[in-house]
Amino acid sequence: MNFDDTPEEAAFRSKARDWISANAPRELHAGLSKLGFGQSDAGVGDPMQAAKQWQKKKQEGGWAALRWPREYGGAGASAIEQVIWQSEEGAYAKLGGAFTIGLGMCGPTLMTWGTEEDKRKRLPKLASGEEIWCQLFSEPIAGSDLAGIRTRAAPEGDEWVVNGQKIWTSGAKESDWGLLIARTDTGVAKHRGLTMFFLDMKSPGVEVRPIKQMNGDAHFNEVYFTDVRIPDAQRLGAVGQGWTVALTTLMNERMSIGGSMPTGFDELLNYAEEIETEHGRAINDPRVRSRLASYAVKATGLQYSAYRSISALSRGEEPGPENSIGKLVAGSMLQDVSRFALDLQGEYGLIIDEKLSPDNARFQRMLMRSPATRIEGGSDEILRNIIAERVLGLPADIRVDKDVAFDRIPTAASAGGR
Amino acid sequence: MQFDFSSEQKELQTSVRRFFTDNSPNSAARGVLESTAGHDESLWKKVGEQGFLAAAIPEAQGGVGAGYLELCVVAQEAGRALAALPTVSSIYQAAEFLMAVGTPEQQAKWLPRLASGEAIGTVAVTEAAGPLNPKAITTRVTNQRLTGTKLPVADGSAADFAIVAAKDEHSGISLFIAELAADGVERTPVETVDPSRKHARLDFDGAVVEPLGAPGEGLALIERIRDRAAVLTAFEQIGGAQAALDMARDYALQRFAFGRQIGSFQAIKHMLADMYVSLELARSNAYYGAWALSVDSDRLPAAAASARVAATQAYQLCAANNIQVHGGMGFTWEFDCHLHYRRSNYLALALGGPSHWEERLIESVRVNPALKAA
Ligand SMILES: Cc1cc2nc3c(=O)[nH]c(=O)nc-3n(C[C@H](O)[C@H](O)[C@H](O)COP(=O)(O)OP(=O)(O)OC[C@H]3O[C@@H](n4cnc5c(N)ncnc54)[C@H](O)[C@@H]3O)c2cc1C
Repeated sequence: MNFDDTPEEAAFRSKARDWISANAPRELHAGLSKLGFGQSDAGVGDPMQAAKQWQKKKQEGGWAALRWPREYGGAGASAIEQVIWQSEEGAYAKLGGAFTIGLGMCGPTLMTWGTEEDKRKRLPKLASGEEIWCQLFSEPIAGSDLAGIRTRAAPEGDEWVVNGQKIWTSGAKESDWGLLIARTDTGVAKHRGLTMFFLDMKSPGVEVRPIKQMNGDAHFNEVYFTDVRIPDAQRLGAVGQGWTVALTTLMNERMSIGGSMPTGFDELLNYAEEIETEHGRAINDPRVRSRLASYAVKATGLQYSAYRSISALSRGEEPGPENSIGKLVAGSMLQDVSRFALDLQGEYGLIIDEKLSPDNARFQRMLMRSPATRIEGGSDEILRNIIAERVLGLPADIRVDKDVAFDRIPTAASAGGR
Repeated sequence: MQFDFSSEQKELQTSVRRFFTDNSPNSAARGVLESTAGHDESLWKKVGEQGFLAAAIPEAQGGVGAGYLELCVVAQEAGRALAALPTVSSIYQAAEFLMAVGTPEQQAKWLPRLASGEAIGTVAVTEAAGPLNPKAITTRVTNQRLTGTKLPVADGSAADFAIVAAKDEHSGISLFIAELAADGVERTPVETVDPSRKHARLDFDGAVVEPLGAPGEGLALIERIRDRAAVLTAFEQIGGAQAALDMARDYALQRFAFGRQIGSFQAIKHMLADMYVSLELARSNAYYGAWALSVDSDRLPAAAASARVAATQAYQLCAANNIQVHGGMGFTWEFDCHLHYRRSNYLALALGGPSHWEERLIESVRVNPALKAA
């Protein structure tokens, strides 16, 4: 058990620190530090341009896509070095939101399933932020039940013709490439008729329509496919193997989302030091302290759990379903922390105008963004199922769609619904 | 960074687990619970022979001198096995007080015997309901003689000596060692929620005592030692929580209702998943506490409080939900669910209750805001 940096780790840390202080966009630091959960606009210039500049600089300096091999634009670093980098990068990491899905999920999927040529062509541009990727998985009819998707890909010569619709696709509007799961066979059980592709988002027949979210932003989109042609060379894995390929993506999603989840604790602790209540400063109010303590052990518990998985990873163990706890705990905690902070503000807590609200309306924004955390990338209920079944060994849910050909599975329509 | 126990420590864990499985089945804890025995004497003797609980006591003092990480490993297994032993009083506290501030004579007299299990020490602080504070202590020492009442004192009937917090002549709170077989000491068993770890009332009427540590430093010392004991106790708690979760999981796989295993109902699955999450958060906090204890880190107060708050939550949740999963069977005397329910609530209050540790956590986080490891 050793929590301190080894000499090599300490050397890596100071190298990272020096490089950041020489190269980071310092003029953005104040704005970035104030940003609430889910925001990426530091308020100075075009956020996407700032993000791309920082990513490119990092890649040139050998600090981007840290764990990827060098030949694919990465830095060949270890899991622990990546954690050290993250703690040093601090607020600047908030610039990287647009690249999370590409670096965290699409890239690793391409790395596992792509040809050597694809990898050499695409991955370095992903690592440098020149190309943005999105994940075209969920559909109106199938989110949790991802294997129930209906977007069709039909073979035609050495191409596939895609028709259908995706939804909730984060960043589709800004994306250059997409990772697409489609149905290639409706006559077999649902998991067996899927195939994975990647495609140029500028392909004819792709139409992206932003969806306004409940918090007023529009980061996710609908994506329509009308006779979109994808070369067979852009298929990942065999025809019918799409589910297995998707599991690579989802496993990496769990690692990249769950490993470094914000929980709102640090923000709340700082805020409790500032705000006055009828008992003086909030931090001196025993009720506040008790709530803070409960949040504190969740925050540290998650952080140290991440360190435990990294230690396991560095011993060569595979990341397992245990990592599902990160997002499960953080999601409801963000929601709870934000409600508590608003309660401390009393009726004033209603105000979400950043110029009027205390602390930049940080907690109001957290309140309005946190419901998504409990849904995206595996809902709370799905994560609990995963823990119960895959960690604790409890029986799988009883499924009425098991071993039934996809086109015979009951739907709302076949049940007489809408 | 290597945030896990070493392979040697994991081997130790395997052998300690085997030892407790063979020598401390749940029926042994139940035996103590249902009798007037203070603790499981035959188990205590064997543990003493193995030197398991002497892991952190230096060899020169009759211990094994392995270290605190090893002791954490043992504590976790003791908790898992519901071991009916005076661990919290004799090992996690009395021995720690002596190592911290005992004179060479006091150490030589007691530490080897605590290490071997020949002697049992305890700590007598509480006198009244409510949190620990100077006003709550009325026991008094004049001319080396102690008068007053302590209640409840863990292992008070079995212990050879108690470390007693009392007012001294200068009205500060100081610590004293009282031998409990001496004149002027009366011990009466007290019924508590967990009779597998017995408690007593100690009435002192002019009993001869000797000072331990500097005068007036009693409460500060108690806090300091409790930080250390909190980490070790947290490991007992996560061991117990794991055992309760395992029991619940096994029963959910075996019990049928509505033609299926109850473990196939989502309400049960999700309850068990939440128990697992709570336990893993507690385990990670306890690991951090173990590290802080083993290197004497200045982050120990925050680490200990985090370990303690999280472990108490996890054990209480797992023990309560274990009964829920078992249905009516869980509420019977015959089933072992109540052993964990009792133990979880005893351990929650030993060393001061959850709200005390929440308070301490926030205080130490404010002093040392670097919750982060690096
Ligand atoms: C902000 C945001 C960004 C997103 N970005 C992307 C993206 O980039 N790419 C992408 O492909 N998708 C994206 N998603 C979609 C997301 O993955 C899905 O919304 C999610 O998987 C849930 O699917 P659903 O919306 O169809 O809800 P449903 O699956 O219909 O779920 C509705 C409710 O039923 C519950 N439920 C469903 N199945 C079970 C079960 N077996 N047991 C118990 N309860 C169950 C769910 O937990 C939920 O409470 C995003 C979503 C959000 C909110």
